[in-house]
Amino acid sequence: MNQVAPFPVVEHQRAVLPEGLMLDCGTVIRPLAVAYRTYGTLNAAKTNAILVTHALTGDQYVAERQPLTGKEGWWDAIIGPGKPVDTGRFFVICTNVLGGCMGSTGPSEEMTDENGIPQGRPWGTDFPSITIRDMVRAQKQLTDHLGIARLLAVIGGSMGGMQVLEWAATYPEAVYAAAPIATATHHSAQNIAFHEVGRAAIHSDPDWKSGRYWEDGRIPAQGLSVARMVAHITYLSEAALTRKFGRKLQGTSALTFLEDVFQVQSYLRHQGSTFVRRFDANSYLTITRAMDYFDLANEHGSVAAAFRNTPTRFFVASFSSDWLFPTSESRALVRALNTAAARVSFVEITTDKGHDAFLLDEPEFHRALGGFLAGAARALDV
Amino acid sequence: MQKAPVQFVAKNMRLDLRLIAEMIPPGVRVLDIGCGDGALMAHLAAEKQVDARGIEIDMQAATEAVSHGLAVIHGDADNDLAFYPDGAFDYVVLSRTLQAVERPREVLRQMLRIGRHAIVSFPNFGHWQMRVKLLLDGRMPDTETWSRPWYETPNIHPCTIRDFFALAEMENYVIERWLAVDERGLKGPWRRSVRLANIFGQQALFQLRRK
Repeated sequence: MNQVAPFPVVEHQRAVLPEGLMLDCGTVIRPLAVAYRTYGTLNAAKTNAILVTHALTGDQYVAERQPLTGKEGWWDAIIGPGKPVDTGRFFVICTNVLGGCMGSTGPSEEMTDENGIPQGRPWGTDFPSITIRDMVRAQKQLTDHLGIARLLAVIGGSMGGMQVLEWAATYPEAVYAAAPIATATHHSAQNIAFHEVGRAAIHSDPDWKSGRYWEDGRIPAQGLSVARMVAHITYLSEAALTRKFGRKLQGTSALTFLEDVFQVQSYLRHQGSTFVRRFDANSYLTITRAMDYFDLANEHGSVAAAFRNTPTRFFVASFSSDWLFPTSESRALVRALNTAAARVSFVEITTDKGHDAFLLDEPEFHRALGGFLAGAARALDV
Repeated sequence: MQKAPVQFVAKNMRLDLRLIAEMIPPGVRVLDIGCGDGALMAHLAAEKQVDARGIEIDMQAATEAVSHGLAVIHGDADNDLAFYPDGAFDYVVLSRTLQAVERPREVLRQMLRIGRHAIVSFPNFGHWQMRVKLLLDGRMPDTETWSRPWYETPNIHPCTIRDFFALAEMENYVIERWLAVDERGLKGPWRRSVRLANIFGQQALFQLRRK
C-alpha cells in the first residue's frame, strides 16, 4: 500500500481535568483530557442526561458529521429530535474513550510526566495499559465536571456495552438505567484471538517501527488496514456477506486468475484503506487490549456479585446473527442480573446483519430501546 | 414517582387475567411467566403499584412489552426460573402455560422457591366435552380451548383439575384458593365439588403456597 499521510489535525471540544486519573495499572495520567460532544439541553435539575459510550473504533461524533470522514454520526439512526434517544427531551453526551485518537488522552496525544509536564512527543507505545474501567472513570470525571450527579441512562453497543456494564458495576448510584447492547461480561477467547491477528498485522508492518512511527510522520497503513479487514469480517455475518456480495465479480464477467476479482475483496480493501485515514495504530493496540482484559466476573467474584441489589434498571439486547457477541452471552448476563434481583428487560432481535446490526436500521430494536428509555424517564419524572 | 400510564385498559385484558389481577394485593413484587405483551403487568403496575417483572417465550410479544417500558425478558419457564434468588417475589404467575412446559412439576417447585405464592391457571382436560369427544369419536378432542391437532399442539402436558389437586398434595403445597371458570372466564357455580368443577370447568385457577 502507498504511504498514507497522517490525518489532518482537527480541534476537538474537550475538558482538560488537571487532577488527572489513577489507572488500574497504577500509573497516574495528568492532566486528563476528555474529548466529548453533547446534543440537546441539560435541564435545570440535571436529571435528563444520557451518556452514550462508543465501540472500539467509534468516537464522540455520535449524531453529527464526523470531521475527518464527513460521514454521518455512527448512531444517527437512533439519536436526534424525535428519535428513540430524543434530543428534544434528553441531554446526550458522548466522549471519546481514554486511549482513543479523537482528542481524549491517548497514544497520539502529547506525553506528560507524573507532574503533568509536557514531554514534547506523543505517548506512542509508552502510553500505559488501560482497562474498560479506566475509560469509565475518565467519563465519570467529565460528568462530575458537568455537575451531573446521576445519569438517566448509559447506553452503548459492543465495547460501548462493556463500558455500560462497568458504569453500572462501579457507580450504581450514578446510573438510573443501563442499556448494554450486543456485548458480553468478558471478552471471549475467540474475540481475543481475532484481536491478536489484528495486532500482529500492525506489529509486522515495517512502518510501525516498534510503535515509534510518529517520529518520521509515517503510519503503519498496511498493518492497520489488514487489522481492520479481519475485524470487519467479524462484524458481519455469512448471510449478510452472501446477500451483499455472494460470489459477484468486480469489473469482469468471467472468473480470471487475476487479483481482486470478487466484489467482497474490494469491499474489504476499501474498509481497510479508509480506516487508516481516521484511526491511530497505537490507539488500536491500546483499546483492543483493554477489551481483551475486560472480565466483570474476575473483577467482582461473579457477574451477579457485580450487580447485587443494584438500583439500576437494565435493557439488554442481542442480535440473532451476531457471532462476535452472540445471544448466549447476553442471556448469561440477563441470568446473572436476575440472580442479582435487578430489574431487567431483554430482547434478541432477529436479523442477518451480524454484530453491526446494533448500528443499522433495526426498527424493533429502536422501538424497544426507545420504550425502555421513555419508561425510565417516566419513572424519574423527567 | 409518577404513576405509569395505563397502556392496556383492563376491560381489554383476557378475563382470566382480570381474575388473576383481583387475587394480587397492591404494592407486591410479581413475576408473570408467559406475560405475553405485558397486559397484566401494565395493569398491576398502573392500578396496584406492583413491581412487575415478566418472562415471555415469544420474541414479538416480549419486544412489544419492552417497548412499553416493562421489565420483560425473552425466556421460558423451563430454563430461566432457576436463576432467580429464593423469595425474590411475593407472587409468581403462570397463566395458561403449565400444560405447555417441559417439566410442569419442576416449574411449580421453582415458582414456589422464588415466590411466596404461586398463581397457576390451565385449561382443564377433564371438561365434559373432552370426555364425550374421546368416548364417542375415539379421536383426540378438538374444542374451543384445545383447538390444535395433536401433532402440532404446544400443550404437551395436559391435566385435569383433579390431577392438579393430586400433584399439589404430593408436593405438599397448600391450595389457598381455587376456582373453575368457563372459556370466557366467568366463575362457575361448582366451587363446592371438585368432581363437578372437573366436569364443567373449562379453565382452572389455583393459588398455592408451600406448607
